[in-house]
Amino acid sequence: MPLEATSMNSQTFDPTMILQMAGIAKSFPGVRALDGVSFSVRRGEVHALVGENGAGKSTLMKILSGAYQADQGVITFDGRAVAFPTPSQMIGLGIAVIYQEFAQAPHLTVAENIFLHRLPRTRFGLIDWKQAANYAKRFMDRLGFTVDPLARVDRLSVAQRQMVEIARALSRNARLIVLDEPSAVLGDNELQKLFTTIRSLQEEGVSFIYISHRLKEVFDISQTVTVLRDGKVVNSTATSEMTTDDLIRSMVGRSIGDYFPARNPRFGADVLKISNINRGKVLKEISLNLRGGEIVGICGLAGAGRSELLRAIIGADAIDRGRIELHGKALVIDKPRKAIALGIGFAPEDRKTDGLFLSQSVSFNITISRLRDVLSGFWLNLAHERKTAQDLAARLRIKTPDVDARVGNLSGGNQQKCVIAKQLHAKCDVLLVDEPTRGVDVGAKREIYDLLVDLTEHNGLAILMVSSDLPEVIGMCDRILVMCEGRITAELAKADATEEEIMKYATVH
Amino acid sequence: MSDISTMQPQSSMQKLSASVFKASGLLWVFLGLCVVAALLSPAFLNPANLMNVFRQVALYGIVSVGMTFVILTKGIDLSVGSILGVCAVSAALLLTGGWSPWLAVVVVLLIGAGLGAVNGIGVAVGRVPPFIMTLGMMVMARGLALTLANGQPIGLKEAAASFAWLGRGAMLGVPVPVWIFAVVAAIAIFVLRYTPFGRQIYAVGSNEEAAHLSGISVNLVNFYVYVISGFLAALTALIFVSRLTVGEPTAGTGIELEAIAITVIGGTSLFGGEGGIFGTIIGAAILAVLANIMNLVGISPFTQQIVKGAIIVGAVLYEMQRKRK
Repeated sequence: MPLEATSMNSQTFDPTMILQMAGIAKSFPGVRALDGVSFSVRRGEVHALVGENGAGKSTLMKILSGAYQADQGVITFDGRAVAFPTPSQMIGLGIAVIYQEFAQAPHLTVAENIFLHRLPRTRFGLIDWKQAANYAKRFMDRLGFTVDPLARVDRLSVAQRQMVEIARALSRNARLIVLDEPSAVLGDNELQKLFTTIRSLQEEGVSFIYISHRLKEVFDISQTVTVLRDGKVVNSTATSEMTTDDLIRSMVGRSIGDYFPARNPRFGADVLKISNINRGKVLKEISLNLRGGEIVGICGLAGAGRSELLRAIIGADAIDRGRIELHGKALVIDKPRKAIALGIGFAPEDRKTDGLFLSQSVSFNITISRLRDVLSGFWLNLAHERKTAQDLAARLRIKTPDVDARVGNLSGGNQQKCVIAKQLHAKCDVLLVDEPTRGVDVGAKREIYDLLVDLTEHNGLAILMVSSDLPEVIGMCDRILVMCEGRITAELAKADATEEEIMKYATVH
Repeated sequence: MSDISTMQPQSSMQKLSASVFKASGLLWVFLGLCVVAALLSPAFLNPANLMNVFRQVALYGIVSVGMTFVILTKGIDLSVGSILGVCAVSAALLLTGGWSPWLAVVVVLLIGAGLGAVNGIGVAVGRVPPFIMTLGMMVMARGLALTLANGQPIGLKEAAASFAWLGRGAMLGVPVPVWIFAVVAAIAIFVLRYTPFGRQIYAVGSNEEAAHLSGISVNLVNFYVYVISGFLAALTALIFVSRLTVGEPTAGTGIELEAIAITVIGGTSLFGGEGGIFGTIIGAAILAVLANIMNLVGISPFTQQIVKGAIIVGAVLYEMQRKRK
């Protein structure tokens, strides 16, 4: 027996690997989520894990964290087979998963969050706050972040909170850290800081699994990339041997042609004209114009005032000073209701918290923006409402069993389409979209791009698009405005826009 | 085109029947309860007893309809019992003061709606959490009722006769309060289902920020639901006074908890945006039949409370389990 065991080990165990998952299978009723996945992470590498939504990434990570049990397969961590992993066992081994939604106690301090269950004690058994603060500071310093260890976590920026999560992982001696979509909540310069931290930890021998929809980051940070599709590994190679096209092709399973749709824009007259808008320290002397049929992008780092500008235009936030003209007429827009009535639609950055009624049906979500179009006299005409919603769902190719399905059950891309459908139902001719493809997988991204382009070309809509995804802005927009600290610092024509140029103006002071 | 037009009535009927069906799980519980009641005590099916049960359903049901509106917006109204008390005392004072019953009814309804409006302003404009606002109103309004009545029940005396119809009358053999409840419930179902206001209630309850960004006047919706709740508490007060021929300052004490229980048992989510009046009607019926059986079998009122409390928790537990699936 022992002989057999060693021979097996010598076959499967590779000492250069910190983690080896072999032949992992997991089924849920009706779905084969993972089908014989083998996935290994080398010591000290950043290993990117990509795939469309539903490809099996989160299931695989849940098995790794011990949240799910695999039906089949072997997990070997640091040369030892892990038989029946539980979450606490995996943490003990040195595996930490940092989710998009941080598992933090927002009202507690940095130190308390880092040492949540293991705060240092004095010899009387009381919590030793001084020691806790010292330790916490040491961990944060190691990450290159100076933060008051006694500051409340909810007072920190998102980037700092992410570092608190990483510090917590390190305080538990994590040797493999899983970052699930870390960039979703970060601005570009914060992301660069995160990368710096990752690289320095890599040198200390910490390994990373990096999950992201943004392929640029995959190329920037990872040494190896594994692509999952329909619960199987379709590709696992050195990142340097891959191109963006290769990656997309293996993720989607087909070539999706050009990543961005071809534009054939015809610009009409100015639809929206904004002059010298100010709001506290957030927006300073903002002026811009938007023509019918045009897509104008707004770039900038997180906190530059991009979303705040959109909110000011639709009257969700009050402005101190400035002029808004729609079709040449000066208007006061002091609440979103007015903006909608005037034909300005808004698809907010956070679909779930600001854009949708998740527990309600697709048709409810679409028609709520303008119920008077589905009235007969004073009463809602439910049949007419349904028909209206069905037409829009068909036109936007919203994939849903029917318009009575709950919006909360749809995928991210289809939810985004519902948000846009709601604006179209309200008959907008200006559409403000904030991060339209955040958290949307590659195939669905292209559909949203097609939709936006179609709306400008066939309906003459004017679109103002905020996005942190620079290739997306460059690929989609006719003009690009760059914001920094509440000001517009540059206007770039499509032809002149490069990522470097945009970043230059996004960081001028 | 023709196939679409033939499809329309059907699809809206389907939708309607779907929401009835959703409440029908509860309907079976209710029918089961009735069978058990009939087996345990032959007196249950006695027409006089059934009328009593119906009257009970009507009284609690009317307040619970208001509560359902409030809870659908993710609010809560703890003050309905005290508003009921103020309205009961006011009605008695006005009637004994020689006011015409019609005018007294109108004024009392306005008082209820007015107190509800104060709640509404506090919640919508003042941003006071509904729990706190209506808790404050619960205490204040009870104090007001006791002050107005000088702490004593006010008998209607000779005015009682002219005011008897509302609480004790019957039409086609059915008690008037039951008719009133039927009308209130029908209007409420219609409003929630077929009016923009009803839609907006669900929208505000599901996601206030999204409702605001979708152009809904969140403040107005929040305001109106408390007005409706106060109005329906006043309507219940009028029936109380008419039945008992006395305006008691302590009338309605604890009815807010009954109404919340009924609404929750009826499947309306305390997190807002989900549920409706069908469930509330059945919820009221379940609690009324349950109380009736326990009375008939001679279970002590103390034990009854224990059972009632357990059922409320059980109903929510069941709902949570169902959702998790």
